[in-house]
Amino acid sequence: MPTIKELHVNGSRRVVDADTRRTLLSVLHDDLDLTGCKYGCGEGRCGACTVLIEGRATRSCTTPVGAAKEKKIETIEGLATADKLHPLQQAFLDAGALQCGYCTPGMILSALALLRKEPNPDREEIVRHMNGNICRCGIYGRIVSAIEQAAKTMKEGKR
Amino acid sequence: MNDSDDFLLEPERYELAGDPFLLFDRRDLFRLVGGGIIVACLLGEAPAQPSKKRPFPGRGSPSRELGAWLHIAEDGAVTVYTGKVEVGQNIRTSLTQVVAEELRLPPARISLVMADTGRTPYDFGTAGSRTTPAMAPQLRRVAAVAREMLIDLAAAEGKVKRESLSVADGKVTGPGAKPSFEFGHLTKGKKLAKLIDEKSPTTPVEKWTVAGTSVPKVDGKAFVTGTHRYTSDVKRPGMLFGKVLRAPAFGAKLTGVKTTKAEAMPGVVVVRSGDFIGVAAPTEHAAEKALAAIEAEWKLTSQPSSDELFKHLKSGRGRGVKGGGRGRVTGSVPNGLKAADKTLEATYTIACIAHAPLEPRAAVAEWTDGKLTVWTGTQMPFRVQGELAGALGVSSDRVRVIVPDTGSGYGGKHTGETAVEAARLAKAAGKPVKLVWTREEEFTWAYFRPAGVIELKAGVKKDGTLTAWEVHNYNSGASAMATTYEVRNQIAEFHSSDSPLRQGSYRALAATANHFARESHMDDLAHAVGIDPLAFRLKNLSDARLKAVLQAAARQFGWGKGKPPAGHGFGIAVGTEKGGYVANCAEVSVDRGSGVVRVVRVVTAFECGAILNPDHLKSQVEGCVIMALGGALFEQIRFKDGKILNPRFSDYRVPRFRDAPRLETVLLNRKDLASAGAGEAPMVTLAPAVGNAIFQATGVRLRSMPMVPNGFKAEVR
Repeated sequence: MPTIKELHVNGSRRVVDADTRRTLLSVLHDDLDLTGCKYGCGEGRCGACTVLIEGRATRSCTTPVGAAKEKKIETIEGLATADKLHPLQQAFLDAGALQCGYCTPGMILSALALLRKEPNPDREEIVRHMNGNICRCGIYGRIVSAIEQAAKTMKEGKR
Repeated sequence: MNDSDDFLLEPERYELAGDPFLLFDRRDLFRLVGGGIIVACLLGEAPAQPSKKRPFPGRGSPSRELGAWLHIAEDGAVTVYTGKVEVGQNIRTSLTQVVAEELRLPPARISLVMADTGRTPYDFGTAGSRTTPAMAPQLRRVAAVAREMLIDLAAAEGKVKRESLSVADGKVTGPGAKPSFEFGHLTKGKKLAKLIDEKSPTTPVEKWTVAGTSVPKVDGKAFVTGTHRYTSDVKRPGMLFGKVLRAPAFGAKLTGVKTTKAEAMPGVVVVRSGDFIGVAAPTEHAAEKALAAIEAEWKLTSQPSSDELFKHLKSGRGRGVKGGGRGRVTGSVPNGLKAADKTLEATYTIACIAHAPLEPRAAVAEWTDGKLTVWTGTQMPFRVQGELAGALGVSSDRVRVIVPDTGSGYGGKHTGETAVEAARLAKAAGKPVKLVWTREEEFTWAYFRPAGVIELKAGVKKDGTLTAWEVHNYNSGASAMATTYEVRNQIAEFHSSDSPLRQGSYRALAATANHFARESHMDDLAHAVGIDPLAFRLKNLSDARLKAVLQAAARQFGWGKGKPPAGHGFGIAVGTEKGGYVANCAEVSVDRGSGVVRVVRVVTAFECGAILNPDHLKSQVEGCVIMALGGALFEQIRFKDGKILNPRFSDYRVPRFRDAPRLETVLLNRKDLASAGAGEAPMVTLAPAVGNAIFQATGVRLRSMPMVPNGFKAEVR
């Protein structure tokens, strides 16, 4: 049984010992206790399990952990610093863009991938990019507004 | 129709199972929390002869029930204990607000312990939009009484008149800040308890400064940073992961099973008890492999499919099922129809749909010394406690159910199957077991919103006066079945039926289906007599709250101020459910070439009495509109021979970003009226508003929910 012994998560090397065929989601969530990535569907159709691999929004529920070997993984736990939320996290709070919150980490990471690639997305682009993430509580409009606000804050931060 | 009628008509929906019993007496409470002040609310009627010996009624005095309670510790910490569950409706925030209001304390200094059968008082469940009207007033009262107790203590301690003292920011102070006492410093080692009844006074709504404002989600940071632990994130020492063997179809009988291969796998425990077969293993992957290695044979039975569902529901009516009966009969419908200038008869159908909460059902079960603790995402922790006790053969007082704030419910998490399964696995394995249902299990083995057939017959005079209204609802339910309009001659009748699928509660119950039928029919009647749909409704309404939301929505939308662009249509609908009043105006575009139907814009006017948190209320309304859009346009469970044909998000379409219209929400704040819940009512008029808009755009009346599961073209062959 081929195993993987190390993952590169949120800037640090983490020791694991996992069958490479297990999902990245289960290794992050169950072994490394990074429970911000959530199981929602197991087929990559809801986005609750989204993490970034080499900056790309990736569905960890359909990614074998073996495929993440030596790659840079980012999860929701790596976004905030000790005293400051990431602008996307802050914007989600300010816009009231969560109800039950189960989709929220996946939403934020999907949005982060977009904003790194396209710092000035219009609503249309946000909708297109985010369409694979489900918020069953249905507050899509607020999530779009939060992403727009975060884009503004991030630009100002760079200036 | 009020809630109690719903209970009568639909006994299986708002489950009232389980006698209210009292877990605590006064000593128990203090043992739990240490010293300080406890104020608890007693529910129900006072007993004829109150017992001095038992200031806190325990077991054996069933006439009164302990409601929510509040504790102020000697370090000033304020903790509120309520059996209610947070599932995304943000009641943790609104309940905190009402306590903050009465205690004159910032919300951040109050914590709520919710839905823990070991610590919180009995609660029937978080359902029926009852938290705001029933729990918020209790908490207002206990907090107000606690504040007055603190003032009394400060007056005695400082030897000043209580009238000279005021309460702010966790302190009781006199003029010029002398004397000044921290909340926690007033009890001085004493244990003070007070029981209050449901009548003690609270701060009037017009004086609210914290309640009634848009306080952000109190623990929002834990959610955006991913640190909040849902049930599916709970981890216990030595915990195993469970999987349960499922039948290939409903009603299938197990005829043979071989588990030897699975049993041979390292670390795997196989559990068999009757038809229940499950495994527990060190990882989810190992549990999946073990489950796959079990060879089972099943005997299947033939069952009705979704294609013949509506015929089945009508033919199966009343067969051996409880419920049914007349919802309302007044006047004479035949006479009313005779007096009409136009009569209109139509049949509406409503498909089965799924709640599809993004967090599937999950449970973590742990046995310690014959006692069972289960973390599970349920809306009814005390019911689940009873289910666990029954299924595992232990007494209820040895079972503790803890509900972490949960990844939504929508009425779909009333029962405890997952908890029972996890507890069985944990018992056999001798270790804690986590069980998270797969999405396919969630779509298959939970329960569904009931499908239904609604027959409507109505008569109207040329001047727009309704003369007769007869409605028959088969299986979908009686909520909001009787018309909201003034009609002298009426029949409203609910017929229970024999549903091929397991059915249960769903956000707004049958009010969605009944409003769809009624408000679509109203639109047809308006067109039949050539009166504008808004004017026609207003003519037949007398309820001022209904009129107010209808007019507010129309005003915001600009109803009657212009014609829709080519291929677009406007629709309007109004209704009420669970004490909330709602009206929608919708603009829809229909591309006849491609068949694509898009809801472009939705205006919602909503009123539920005095508003506790305007932004969270607006969010609930927005979420309801989007969720309702799925059931209106495309959501439906398809099934055949006891198998769900679309148990995945790739096959079962839910609303996504692209489906979301522009939303405009108008909230009417009636400070003079008691606050009602808002998690359900804003669902109910979206579908008919959209259907009426499609009718205006195309001239085609769609009478089945969902209206366009395969696009518009498929509907008008």
